Parts: sequence; structure tokens; C-alpha cells
Amino acid sequence: MTTEMSGADILIQALNDQGVEVVFGYPGGAVLPIYDALFNQQRIKHILVRQEGGAAHAAEGYARSTGKPGVVLVTSGPGATNAITGIADAMMDSIPMVVITGQVGTPLIGSDAFQECDTVGITRHVTKHNYLVKDPAKLGDIIHEAFHIATSGRPGPVVIDLPKDVQVATAPYRRTNVNALPHRGYKPQVKGDLAQIEEAVELLANAERPMIYTGGGIINSGPGASLILRELVRLTGAPVTSTLMGLGALPASSPHWLGMLGMHGTYEANMAMNKCDVMLCLGARFDDRVTGRLDAFSPESKKIHIDIDRASINKTVRVDLPIIGDVGRVMEDMVKLWKAKELRPRDLKPWWATIKTWQERNCLAYPEKLDSGEIVPQLAIRKLWEATHRQQPIITTEVGQHQMWAAQHFDFESPNKWLTSGGLGTMGYGLPAAIGAQLGNPKALVIDIAGEASIQMNIQEMGTATQYRLPVKIFILNNEYMGMVRQWQDLTYGSRYSESYSDSLPDFVKLAEAYGWKGIRIETPDQLEQGIADMLAHDGPVMVDCMVAKMANCFPMIPSGAAHTDMILDPAQVSGVMDDEAKALV
Amino acid sequence: MHIKQQETERHTLSVTVDNEAGVLARIAGMFTARGYNIDSLTVADVTEDDSISRITIVTTGTPAVIEQVVAQLDRLVNVHRVIDLTERGNFVERELALVKVAGTGEHRIEALRLAEVYRARVVDATTGSFVFEVTGASEKIDKFIELMSEIGLIEVARTGVAAIVRGKEAV
Repeated sequence: MTTEMSGADILIQALNDQGVEVVFGYPGGAVLPIYDALFNQQRIKHILVRQEGGAAHAAEGYARSTGKPGVVLVTSGPGATNAITGIADAMMDSIPMVVITGQVGTPLIGSDAFQECDTVGITRHVTKHNYLVKDPAKLGDIIHEAFHIATSGRPGPVVIDLPKDVQVATAPYRRTNVNALPHRGYKPQVKGDLAQIEEAVELLANAERPMIYTGGGIINSGPGASLILRELVRLTGAPVTSTLMGLGALPASSPHWLGMLGMHGTYEANMAMNKCDVMLCLGARFDDRVTGRLDAFSPESKKIHIDIDRASINKTVRVDLPIIGDVGRVMEDMVKLWKAKELRPRDLKPWWATIKTWQERNCLAYPEKLDSGEIVPQLAIRKLWEATHRQQPIITTEVGQHQMWAAQHFDFESPNKWLTSGGLGTMGYGLPAAIGAQLGNPKALVIDIAGEASIQMNIQEMGTATQYRLPVKIFILNNEYMGMVRQWQDLTYGSRYSESYSDSLPDFVKLAEAYGWKGIRIETPDQLEQGIADMLAHDGPVMVDCMVAKMANCFPMIPSGAAHTDMILDPAQVSGVMDDEAKALV
Repeated sequence: MHIKQQETERHTLSVTVDNEAGVLARIAGMFTARGYNIDSLTVADVTEDDSISRITIVTTGTPAVIEQVVAQLDRLVNVHRVIDLTERGNFVERELALVKVAGTGEHRIEALRLAEVYRARVVDATTGSFVFEVTGASEKIDKFIELMSEIGLIEVARTGVAAIVRGKEAV
């Protein structure tokens, strides 16, 4: 007979058995027994955030940068609802995360008790799975199953709602074997069908204009997948583009790299997608920001789609050859088959020659100087890259123009270095994500590239970095506008800047100092390099307020409702209005 | 600008799920969250140990939507298996309805006559009304209700569709 433990102790023990090192959380009435159990142990480090939303994003940053699941602990009611945005963000970007929420005691559930909300009901659509635990004897199994579900298949967030009386009541605990867990229906398909893989390899070998389109699935599959991708690219000779989430899977210095695709992707990547005859989609999901107008999306290509999530197949774009499986494993099989059959790509010189003509448009070019004397934001990103890339920094972002400029102008050479909110597009993601990444990678240089509007959405987390002495850097591209909103208003709404001006901004330098950070302001182009050097020289957290050109817009751009071939390459092409069909698309 | 409508199909899906709290909410919620239609939904546990429930869902949508419905259902952790019976073919579907009809004289006799044609049973009778129990495919029940509405239909309760594949094999 095993001895009985309280639900709270079972939770801590199960987290230990899962190898959890860090928990991001915030205490409250409904989780006090768990916090008391945490007090009595040394193995799990609890990071006290300043708001529960910060905890969820920090767990995302930790997970994305380490490959390990992020763990969140929050109280019932407002604790849970504050965490929802981060949970939804993790769902959209397939981030493995386990969220433990306190709940009022089981006799009070449904009675509108203090700090009660229907957490499993509210989180049902933004989690991969969720649980309300009513019996401490089942708690251990549920925690282990939750980690298994969060990290396997297409990863995602799992919520465990834990009523207060279940935390106090006792039951025996034993470490569970995942295979013996309750949900027998959950069996992600990891290995792809070999006949289909063979067909895919033949299609690629016979392609005249092949194109590889990679996504976040490769990052999620683990570092091995990025290595095997390089091998596959070498064998096939195909050009490669990636979604926002997949940046870093192929080194940006690779001659096969065409840059990101989609709305703010490169001209060459989008043109190559449009004109290719065989498209190999690896762990991406044909998001609307990637495809542009669907009926004009890559009209001439045979499409091969490899994804672990069956529901991603044929969701928006119909494909000719779907392969369900882990993208890393399927690529391994592709490489093996390619070698076993001694295949060679066809002569791709004409295709690469065409691509070269597109590359010569130099679509990411920007002026180094402006007549106004303002700092060019793209140049600021590039200078940041020049000063830091040898250290292989981890870059997080908020959401908006600065995010797209970072994606375009900061080159990534390896996976797990680029943390951004792609699917949900959450402003306020970058700072807490940087904190999570720094905790998972204590020696790494972690920089949040931010905008002056986004950074204010979770700015309270500066206190968290101070408390745990995390030397994160925030690099704000401050243009005094919600730049992407203003850009759309320029393009679509006759430059009527409805509520997009960032009024009443704080003095970010003083704010940094108030939190015990170093604050640096960069106001002119000649201060840029020194400002960045000063930021890197300081061994604690630094906030840089970099004042950039106020009216700069992010190009190239595929306007909403347009095809890949209808890119706007520079501001001179911008028209002021758009028809209703295009307005309704986004 | 106007929103375009596309051609839709009606499909009957058989879904086996863990019989536990919240499963129905997950399934119904998935339909509303993604904008899919539920025309009918029936659920009951079908195993001796009460561990597995069988849900029959009738849904309408474009072929692409139906394919997504199946894939999205399959993605739910509690769902063991989803079978598109319409896609598979060769299945029977049945529904039960209780139909209350009021009337006197010739209307009463006509109601009984029609009930006989449709093999509906009288499960309750007063001097001014009948409750009929009728079983069959949904179209047959639709037709029966339509006829009764001419005679004196008061109200209807329907179970929704239960469906199973023909032949000796289990799916």
C-alpha cells in the first residue's frame, strides 16, 4: 500500500517526475495549497510574474526556445481568464504547454462562488485538451497524460483545472506509464506512409521548378528535423521559403534560401511559390497570410503536404499528395528513399536563373538615410543583427511592423532562436517570451524587438526580469504609431488614422530606471551603433528606446485579397482605397 | 458586397467517444466554433462498462467542409473514431418521432388510416387526440408529419438519427 499524499503534493511530485524545472505562476486563493507545497521543495523553480498573461507567454518563450513544455500555475477566475490569451496563442502556434489553474472547491462549482469561472468551458476551444479533476486519485494519471498530449503529435496547450478541495484531499500516487493512460483514442501518427513518401520523392526528382515551403512544424519536430531539412535541400537542389514560424530551420545564409513568403515575404519567395511545378510543404498550414488570394495561389503546382495534423490537410488549399506524419521522420524517409533509388534532380539551372531575376529586384532594399534625418527602422534591425549575430541571440518580438521588419532583416541560422506570435498575433508576447527564453537559456543573449505600442501591453513583466536578474534586452522601434494599423489605414482607408497614434507615451528611459533596468535612447542614426554597443555591454536588463522614422511602412506587401504576383514593392505603388471584398478579407 | 453561398451535401457521421463529462460540449462546441452545421445529433453509451458512447451526427456542408468536420472531430482527444457513413455508403438510418394529433370525426379516422400506412403505433389516445410513435428514415417522418399537419398536428418530438452500417462487419 502506497502512502497517501495531498493533491497538491501529487501535483508537485508528478511535475518532478516529468522533469519540470521552471513554473511560471501567480498565487491566489484557489491555489494556496499548491503554493504551500511549492514552499516546501527545492527542485522546481517558481517564477513570479506580474500578471497571469505574462506567465502564459513566458511559458511559451521557454517552450519555443528549449523544446521542453512550458508550465503555468495560476489561480481560479481572473487568474485563469488572464492566462487565456497566452493559451490561445500557444494553441495557434502549436506550443507545448501545461497550465494548472486553481478552481473553487467541488461543492462550490456552479454556484457563482468568489473567483469562480468555468475554466474548462472557457478554455475548451483554445486548448488541445483540458481537464477538470474531481478525484485526487486520478490527478497523477491526468498530469502525465496532459504532458503527453501537450508534447506529442501537433503540440499545444493543455489545461488542468484543479479544485481547491482536490488539492487538499489525499490519495495514493504512482508514476504512470503513458501507454496505460485513459484516452485510448489519442494516437498521433508519427511515421508517414512509405508508398506516399516514395511518390513524393519521385515527384520532386522529376520537378522542373520545385519549391520547398517550410513551417513551424519543423521547429516543433526538434533540432534533428532542421538538420535533415538541410540534407533534403542539398539532395533536391530546390529553393526554400518559410513561414514566419519556420524561420531558422534553414540557415538564412544558405544559397537555397529565398526568404520568408506571404504578405510581407520576399518577392522571389512569393513568385517562386506562384510559378513552381512541385511544391513540398513541410509542417506549414497554408495560412491566409501566406497564401494571399486562394484562387490564384500557386496555380501550376502539384502540392505535397506533410503534416502531423490531419485537419491541416485540405483545410484551405487542396493538395495532390498529403502525407500525415511527423515532418522530421517523413523527411528522414524521403532522404533515405532518395539515396536508395539513387535519384538526381533534373537540370534546375533554368529555374534558378528565373529566380535570380526575381532576386535582382532586391525587394528588401531600404534607404540608408532619410532627408528628415530620422533612423530607418530596417537599418536599425540590420545594425542590431550585425552587432549580435555571432552570439546567435534569441530574438522575440511583439506584433506589428517591427515584427515583420525583424523577420525580413534579422537573419537566423538555427532553429529555436526566433520566438514570435504568428497565428494569434498577440501584442505583448515579446517581453514575457524573452523572460521565459532567458530562463531556459541562461547564457544566451535574448532580445525582444518591440514597438512602443506593443511593449506597453505586458510592460509590467519588467519587474519579473528585475526580480530574477534576467539580462533581457528590449529594443523598441519607436515610431509613435501602432505602425501596422496606420499602414493599413494608409493603404485601405485613405490615410484616416483612426486611433492609431501612440499618444501620451511614457519616457521609456526613466521607466527602465524605475524598474532597476538600464535605459538608453537612440535618437539619430549616428547614435545607433554606439547605443546597441552600450546595450550589449551592460550585463543586466536594458531597454532601448530607438526613435525611428514615424511614417515608414513595411514592404514588400501583398495587399489583402491580392495574389502572390500582385506584390507592392515600394510605397510609391500604394493606393489609398480598397474595395469592400478586399476589406472584408482581413 | 454580398456573401456567396455554395452547394452543400448532407452527411451522416458515426463518432465513438469516451463516455465522460464534457465530451458532448467539446463536439457541439467544435461545430459552433468552426461554423459547421448540426442537423441532428444523438448520443448514448453503447458498451457494457459505460466507457464508450456512440454519437450519430447529421451535418450539411460543402464537400470540403465535410472533410474538415471529420478531421476536426478526429483531432479531439476524447474521440476514438469517426466514420462518414454517407461517404462509406450501405448503411441504414432510423429516427423515432412522437406525433400528437388532435381532431374528431372524419379527421380521427383519417389520422388512423394514415398511421397504418406509415406503420405508426398509437401510444396515447383521448377522445380528442392521438399520440403516434413512428419510426423510419428522416424523410419518411418528415412526410408523416406533413400529412398530419393537414389533419390536426399539435406537436412533435423527434429523437434525431441513429445509423449503422449494413452487413455482419462492425465498423
